[in-house]
Amino acid sequence: MRSLRILALCLLLAACGSSTYSWGWYVVLPTTQQGTDNLRFLLSGLGWTVSVSLLAMLISVLLGLLVALPGISERRWLRLLNRGYVEIVRAVPVLVMLLWVYYGLPVVLGISLDAFAAAVLALALSDSAFEAEIFRGGIQSVARGQHEAAEALGLSWTDKMRYVVLPQALRRVLPPLGNQFAYMLKMSALASVIGLTELTRRANELVVNVYRPLEIYSFLVLEYLVLILLVSWLVRRVERRLGSDESRA
Amino acid sequence: MSGETGIVLVERVSKSFDGFRALDEVSLAVRPGERVVICGPSGSGKSTLIRCINRLERHDSGRIVVDGVELGKDPRAIRAVRREVGMVFQQFNLFPHLTVLENLTLAPRRARGLPAAEARATAMHYLERVHIPEQAGKYPRQLSGGQQQRVAIARALCMKPKVMLFDEPTSALDPEMIKEVLDVMVELAMEGMTMLVVTHEMGFAQRVADRVVFMDQGQVEETAAPAQFFAEPASERARLFLGRVLGH
Ligand SMILES: Nc1ncnc2c1ncn2[C@@H]1O[C@H](COP(=O)(O)OP(=O)(O)OP(=O)(O)O)[C@@H](O)[C@H]1O
Ligand SMILES: [Mg+2]
Repeated sequence: MRSLRILALCLLLAACGSSTYSWGWYVVLPTTQQGTDNLRFLLSGLGWTVSVSLLAMLISVLLGLLVALPGISERRWLRLLNRGYVEIVRAVPVLVMLLWVYYGLPVVLGISLDAFAAAVLALALSDSAFEAEIFRGGIQSVARGQHEAAEALGLSWTDKMRYVVLPQALRRVLPPLGNQFAYMLKMSALASVIGLTELTRRANELVVNVYRPLEIYSFLVLEYLVLILLVSWLVRRVERRLGSDESRA
Repeated sequence: MSGETGIVLVERVSKSFDGFRALDEVSLAVRPGERVVICGPSGSGKSTLIRCINRLERHDSGRIVVDGVELGKDPRAIRAVRREVGMVFQQFNLFPHLTVLENLTLAPRRARGLPAAEARATAMHYLERVHIPEQAGKYPRQLSGGQQQRVAIARALCMKPKVMLFDEPTSALDPEMIKEVLDVMVELAMEGMTMLVVTHEMGFAQRVADRVVFMDQGQVEETAAPAQFFAEPASERARLFLGRVLGH
């Protein structure tokens, strides 16, 4: 099975190598003035991609936490509220959410958002349902005895969550949260359809001017790869920092 | 509340878990400074009883009054009671992400509003009382079971409780560590702390208990002074139980 896949890959590479396509990497290499300009143009989308993703992530984490808390309540109606939110929000495709927020909200609520705000809101909403499930799982993985010890000491519910339960839950949800952040970075590409000039939009625009889609989209792949590797590295660093609290000898 | 003596009053308390009657009209009054040991076979309701006293379990009927405050729905009353009642668990339940010192200062600071410096001083005082001041900066997992349980006792004491509840505090410990924990508990008893202790350590009961409460099938089967209880228990069930525990 595995060797089959490797064989397929080799064939594919061979096909690429032997195809008559003549590569034009110069369009994204700083060897010519045009290449440098193109690169600068493509990279000018970086700020939007990073800021949309970061802000959407921040909001979706807070929103997710807010939605997760009723999910662990003893009250049935609060748990139902959590379920309802998660099921409904999770069912909406990200692109649909984006279009709905950008074109639909102005009609429904009479507020109109610019592409950046709409992208942040839509991505944050979409992701919050997943965030909520991650947090709920993390919180529920904290042993019952921890709740009991905190309660027995007379801590309020808020203090119990803030000082005892959430710090422990957070350590456990860090890997899935990092995962979710990588996902968010990729989903931010959808904001290109409502005109936000982030990385993907820039690539599309350049392709129209300089007809080199293969090179430009390959470069785009590389851009996302670098961003996501950076996220993985950061998450692992934070994990190690937090983990050291408990394991420092 | 007048006319009621006792820092802990349990009156005809019942509690069921999905139809199973874990407590069946249990009554118990504990005077300030009294040491009560609760024993009985597994599943007899010992844990349920003491967990009702700080409302870790809700009783279905009857009355529980702690230090003049009746436990009911009112969350403020519940927290007021919990501040005055310390609890030590079989599994220690220390907070693993906090150092020993932080474990000890958290509740005094957040639930009693003590300034940080004062909370630290109190914490160090009690760590000395349980003989491990040198472990203040460590994390729970770096300590032995016996040390962890002593930290747990110190953590409860830092709230300056009027009553201490112990639920089989030595059952999860290796034999060689039981003594260090029991010693701390004996010292606490000598200082006049009101204690309710669920334990099978009959030596401890004989040494410090004013009263032994024997429970069976959710009921208080027998209450007696330890000398009386160990010499000639009134009920057949207590006799059987003692035979098993003491290995006769
Ligand atoms: N949360 C719960 N849900 C369902 N049943 C429970 C629960 N807690 C206790 N019980 C049941 O209630 C009964 C009394 O339990 P309890 O823990 O009070 O006994 P115990 O005397 O402390 O026993 P042990 O010596 O084993 O600790 C047992 O039959 C137990 O199975
Ligand atoms: Mg028990």
